[in-house]
Amino acid sequence: MLSAVQNPRLFLIQSRFHLHFPPKSRHFHRSKVPLASQILTEPQTLFSTLPPSSEILTIRKSLLSRQRTAVEIAEEFLNRLRQTEPQIRSFLHVSENAIREAEEIDGKIERNEELGPLAGVLIGVKDNICTIDMPSTGGSRILANYQPAFDATAVKKLRDQGAIIVGKTNLDEFGMGSTTEGSGFQVTSNPWDVSRVPGGSSGGSAAAVSARQCVVALGSDTGGSVRQPASFCGVVGLKPTYGRVSRFGLMAYASSLDVIGCFGSSVADTGILLHSISGHDRLDATSSEREVPDFAAQFISENFLESKPLKGLRVGMISETLGDGVDKGVISSIRVAASHLEELGCIVTEVSLPSFSLGLPAYYILASSESSSNLSRYDGVRYGNQVAADELISLYGASRANGFGPEVKMRILMGTYALSAGYYDAYYKRAQQVRTLVQKSFKAALDENDILISPAAPSAAYKIGEKKNDPLAMYAGDIMTVNVNLAGLPALVLPCGFVEGGPTGLPVGLQMIGAAFDEGKLLKVGHIFEQTLQGCRFVPPLIADGLAC
Amino acid sequence: MPEKLHPLTEADVADGKKVVANPEYIVWRQTDRLLRGWITGTLSEEVLGLVVGLDTSAEVWQALLDAFSQESQEREFYLQQQLSLYRKGNTPLVDYIRTFKLLCDDLAAIGKLIDDRKMASICFRGIQTRPLFLYPSALFTRKNGVLFCTMKSAQAQTATHENQQPQKVSYHSQAKTLEKISHEYEAVIGIETHVQLSTLTKAFCSCPYLYGSQPNTCVCPICMGLPGALPVFNSKVIEFAVKVGLALNCNLSMNSKFDRKQYFYPDLPKGYQISQFDIPIATGGFIDLDLPMEFGGGHRRFGITRVHMEEDAGKLLHSGNESYSQEIPYSLLHLTHYYGISVDLNRAGVPLLEVVSEPDIRSGIEAAEYAAELQRLVRYLGVSNGNMQEGSLRCDVNVSVRPIGQSEFGTKVEVKNMNSFSAMNRAIDFEISRQVLLHRQGQVDQIVQETRLWEEGAQKTVTMRKKEGLADYRYFPEPDLPEVILTKEYVDNIRDTLPELPEIKRRRYEKIGLSMQDVLFLANDVNVADFFDAAVEKGADVKLAANWIMSDIAAYLKNEKLSINEIKLTPQELAELISSIKGGTISGKIGKEILFELISKGGTVKALIEEKDLVQASYIVDPAEIEKMIDKVLADNPKQLQQYRGGKTKLQGFFAGQVMKESKGKANPGLLNKILSEKLNAKS
Ligand SMILES: [Zn+2]
Repeated sequence: MLSAVQNPRLFLIQSRFHLHFPPKSRHFHRSKVPLASQILTEPQTLFSTLPPSSEILTIRKSLLSRQRTAVEIAEEFLNRLRQTEPQIRSFLHVSENAIREAEEIDGKIERNEELGPLAGVLIGVKDNICTIDMPSTGGSRILANYQPAFDATAVKKLRDQGAIIVGKTNLDEFGMGSTTEGSGFQVTSNPWDVSRVPGGSSGGSAAAVSARQCVVALGSDTGGSVRQPASFCGVVGLKPTYGRVSRFGLMAYASSLDVIGCFGSSVADTGILLHSISGHDRLDATSSEREVPDFAAQFISENFLESKPLKGLRVGMISETLGDGVDKGVISSIRVAASHLEELGCIVTEVSLPSFSLGLPAYYILASSESSSNLSRYDGVRYGNQVAADELISLYGASRANGFGPEVKMRILMGTYALSAGYYDAYYKRAQQVRTLVQKSFKAALDENDILISPAAPSAAYKIGEKKNDPLAMYAGDIMTVNVNLAGLPALVLPCGFVEGGPTGLPVGLQMIGAAFDEGKLLKVGHIFEQTLQGCRFVPPLIADGLAC
Repeated sequence: MPEKLHPLTEADVADGKKVVANPEYIVWRQTDRLLRGWITGTLSEEVLGLVVGLDTSAEVWQALLDAFSQESQEREFYLQQQLSLYRKGNTPLVDYIRTFKLLCDDLAAIGKLIDDRKMASICFRGIQTRPLFLYPSALFTRKNGVLFCTMKSAQAQTATHENQQPQKVSYHSQAKTLEKISHEYEAVIGIETHVQLSTLTKAFCSCPYLYGSQPNTCVCPICMGLPGALPVFNSKVIEFAVKVGLALNCNLSMNSKFDRKQYFYPDLPKGYQISQFDIPIATGGFIDLDLPMEFGGGHRRFGITRVHMEEDAGKLLHSGNESYSQEIPYSLLHLTHYYGISVDLNRAGVPLLEVVSEPDIRSGIEAAEYAAELQRLVRYLGVSNGNMQEGSLRCDVNVSVRPIGQSEFGTKVEVKNMNSFSAMNRAIDFEISRQVLLHRQGQVDQIVQETRLWEEGAQKTVTMRKKEGLADYRYFPEPDLPEVILTKEYVDNIRDTLPELPEIKRRRYEKIGLSMQDVLFLANDVNVADFFDAAVEKGADVKLAANWIMSDIAAYLKNEKLSINEIKLTPQELAELISSIKGGTISGKIGKEILFELISKGGTVKALIEEKDLVQASYIVDPAEIEKMIDKVLADNPKQLQQYRGGKTKLQGFFAGQVMKESKGKANPGLLNKILSEKLNAKS
C-alpha cells in the first residue's frame, strides 16, 4: 500500500479541512494542490513503473478520506518491521506507544479535530538524537539504558506535527563509522543484501526506510553519515545546510560539522521531513534564523513537466570524484545520471575542486579533535556503569575503557593528539585552514554552477566485515561527502542506478550539492530527476513481494 | 522603669484612642531632664561637646562611659600619648619603669598590645635626657580609621578593615622581617581574580543561581552537560564583561570567541570549561587605587593583562560531610580520597570574569588593596556582589622574589585558598618571607613552581601540588557558540552609561576638600557614596554631610547591621537636617534626636520638628532668655556667688546646674556656660 491512491474526491475532502490547519501547516496544504489535481487528470495504474511518490501525503489523504485508519497504517509498518527486523536489525529500540499514538490520531479524525501535517507518519529516529520516552544511547555501551530528560528539538517538532516516533535506529557508536558495524549493540544489514553493510553511521535509519519499516527517518551527518547509507540502501538522504536544523538534542560528535538529516523513500517525503524540522531554535546558538521556504511547493508532478523542466540549470560534475579509487559501476551510473540531467535541460560540465583531496585528512583531524572534547563528558561518573576504582584518574580510565568501542577510542586519541600543545598548529590549525580553502573552492564552483554532482560514495554497499580491519579504506570511503560538511553546504543523495551485486543489484546514489540554504533547489531538481528516471524502482527485494500487492 | 521611657503605652495606641502624652512620661521626663542638667552642668567645655544633643541622662551617661571607658578610642589615644610623652626626668628608674609598665598594661587591657621591641624603644627613649619629637604613632591618626573600618564590618570586608583585627604576633615579627628584606629583595606579585557575575541566569542556560541553594537544585540539562544539550550564550555576560573591561581601562576585542579548556574533573560536567583563550574580551588595562592611611597611604597603579569570560565549575560534596567539603576548595580535593563523593552542579555554568593583573604588585598589602579595589569596582558597576566568603571573588596569587636589581623574575609560586583580603595580605607576606629566607640561605633551588595553600589556622602556606610542567588544556575554539562580535555603537552605549568609578570619585572628593580618610571611607561603599553625593546635591554642606555619615549614621548602621540604603533616612532629609542646624533652626542636640528618628522611622525634618514641639521644646538658644535665668539663679544664690568671686571657681558647675534646673534642661549648654562665665567674672 505504498502507491499513491489519489483521486479528486480526496482533494475536496482535504480542502474542507483547510481552515482547521494551524498556520504552520498551511503551505503543506497548498503544495498538495497541484499534485492532487494533476493526478486526477491522468490516473496511474502501473505500480511498478511509477516514480516514487510521497508516502507522507498518501497517508494524510487516506486518513482524511477515512480510507484507512492511523492504526491500520501503523500496524502495516509495525508488521513489516517485525518481519524484517530479525534480518536487518536496524532498530535499537522500538516504541511501545506507536499503536496507542495512532489510536489517538484516529480519535482526532473521529472528532473532526485538526490533524498535524505529519499525523500518523511513522518516523525512525537515529539513536544519537534524544527522545524523552525512549532510551538514547548514541550506539554506545557507555550510555546503555540512558534515557534523556528531554526531546531533541527536531523530535519535538515532529511530535508537535503529529508524527509517531516508531523507534530508535542503530548507528556506529556516536556516529563514528561508515558501516554501522561500530555500534556498541548490534550490526545492521543492508535490505538489498543482508550480507552487506547499510553504510553509516546512520545505517539503521537508512535500512529502516529502505525496508519500509518506517515512513521516513532522521539521521545525522557529520562526514556523510546520512548520504552514504542513503546511497547504500537506495533511499533519498538529505544533509541540510549547517544551521538549518537545530542540533539541540543531537549527541555531539563534531559540533562544527554535525547536522541532523532526513531519509525518505522519495524526494518529496525528504523535503517535507526537512521542512518540519527546520528553523531557528533558541536552544542552539548555531541554528540559523533564515526563513524556511516551503520546499514541497516546488514539487511538480512528472505529468506537468515540460519536456525540458530543468532547462538552463548549470550542473557541475566534480571531476575529482570520478577518478581513481571509484568503482567503475558507480562512475558509469553517475555519468548516466548526468546525461539524464542533460536530457532534462541541464548544462552539465566537469568542474575541478583542487582542494578536494585535502578535505579528508582535514575532516578527520577536525572531527576527531572535536569529538575528543565532546565525548569527555562520558566519564563514567554520571553515565553508564561506574567502575570501581580508588583513584580519580583510574576511575575515568576504567569506565571509559569499558564503555567506548575501539573506533571511538582511536578517534579520541587522534583528537587529543591533534589538540595537544605543540601539535595544535600542525594539525588542528592547519585543518581549519584547509577547511577555509574547501569552502572557498566550493563557493567558486557554485558561483559557476547551480548545483554540483558527484557519487555519494566510491562504491556500492560492501560486505559486512570487509573493511573492518582496514580503517583507512573505510575512511577513504568518506571522500565524496566530507568536503560538503567542511563547507557546511546542503547535499541531497538520491538513488540513480544500480551496480551488480546482491540478489538484484545494489543501488548507487547520486549526490547533488547546492549553495548554502539552497535545499529548495536541490529538492526541486531531485524531485524532477526522480520523477523522470525510467526503469528504476528502488524497493529492496526483501520486501518487494510484500509491497507488490 | 523601662516602659515608662515610652511616651505612650502600647495600649494607648492599640485602642486607637486619641494620642495624648502619657502623664507618667511627662513626670519622668522632667526628672530626667534635671538629672541630665546636673551631669552636663558639671562637665568641662571639651567634654560637653561629647554629650551635646543627647536626650536622656542615660544617654549622656553612656556617652561618657563610652568616651572614658577602657575600650575607647580616646582612652587609647590618651594612653598612647602618655606613653610617648612620658619621660624619666628625675623620677627614680624603678618608678619610671613601673609607671611605664602600667601604661603598657593599660593599653594591653584594651587590646592594644605593644610588641616588646617597640616597648623597649619607647622605654629607652624616655630615659634619654633630651625629649625627642613625639612618637609618630599611626594611632594618632586612627580615630576615623577605626570607625571607618568597624562600619565596614557590617557591610563589607576590605583590606583595611581586616587589618584592624588582632593579628598574631608572628605576623608582627614577619612584618619586621619584611621591612628589613625590602632593601635586598623585591617581591613580584601577579593576581588572577575570578569574579562571579551576578546575572539573573547562568552563562549558557536559563537556570538562576542562588548561593546556598540545596545541592543540584539550580540545574538543567545544559549546565549538567547532558548528552545533546548545547550552550546558549547569555548576552548579559558580554555586557558585564565590557563594563569591567572599560572600567579597567582595557582595549576591547571587537571580535573575540569562546574556547574550550579541557580537563577531567567530576565537578566539570562537560569535561571541558567554556572559556576564552587567545582572544580575551579585554586586554592591556590598569587599575588605580589609594592605599589606606594606616599603611602610609599613597596612590598605586597596577597593570591589567587581560579580562576574559568563562563559566564556573560545580563543587564536590563528601557524602555525610557536606559542610567540610564546602569550605575547602575543589582543587584541594584533587589529593583526597574521593570514594562516595557527589557533585553539586548549582555553580556549574555560572558566569565568571577572570581578571589577570600584570606582575606589578610588590607586597601583601598592595595585593590586598588591589583585590579590594577590584571588589569596589565590580560593586560600583553592579556586575557582582564581590563577596569573598561566598566565593564571588576568588584570588589566586603568583608570588616570586628576586634580589633587587635583578631583571629576570624568580621562580613563581601560586598561593591559593585565601578567603579574605586580610588573609591575602598575610599569606603573601608569609610567602615572600619564606622565599627570601630560602634566598638568604642559598637555597634558591628549593623554591619550585608549585601551588601552595594558605592555612589560616597555622598562618602559613603549605605545598598543595608541585607542577609537573605546564598543564595541557588542549584549547580549541568552542564550536557550539558563534563568535562574540562587538559593535562600536554597543560599546559606546555601555561606556556612556558607566557609573562614576571609585578612582574618579575619590579624586572628586579630594577636590571638594575632604580629607583622605573621609575620601576613602565614603568612596569605599558605592551606596554610602551615592547617599553622600545625593545629600550634597540637595545642598548639604560637604564636610558636615561627611561627618554625619561617618559618625552617627555609620555607628547606627554598624549596630543594626544594616546597609545605608536599608535605613529610612533620605539624603534629602539629611541635607535638610544639616541646613536646619547650620541655619540655627534647631540645635545639634535636637538634630541628633531627629536623625535617629529619621533613620528608624523616616519622615521629614520639618514634620518632626513640628511634632517634637508638641511634647518638648527645643533648646533655648535665645541668649536673652538664658541670661534672664542666669540672673535669677545668681540672685537666688548670693552666698555661692560671693564664694565664687572669692576664688572658689569650681562653683561654676553648681551655677550651671541651677540654670539647667531653672530651664528644665532646655538651656543650650554652650551658650549657658558662655554667658554664665561672663556673668560670674563680670565686675558687678
Ligand atoms: Zn542550567
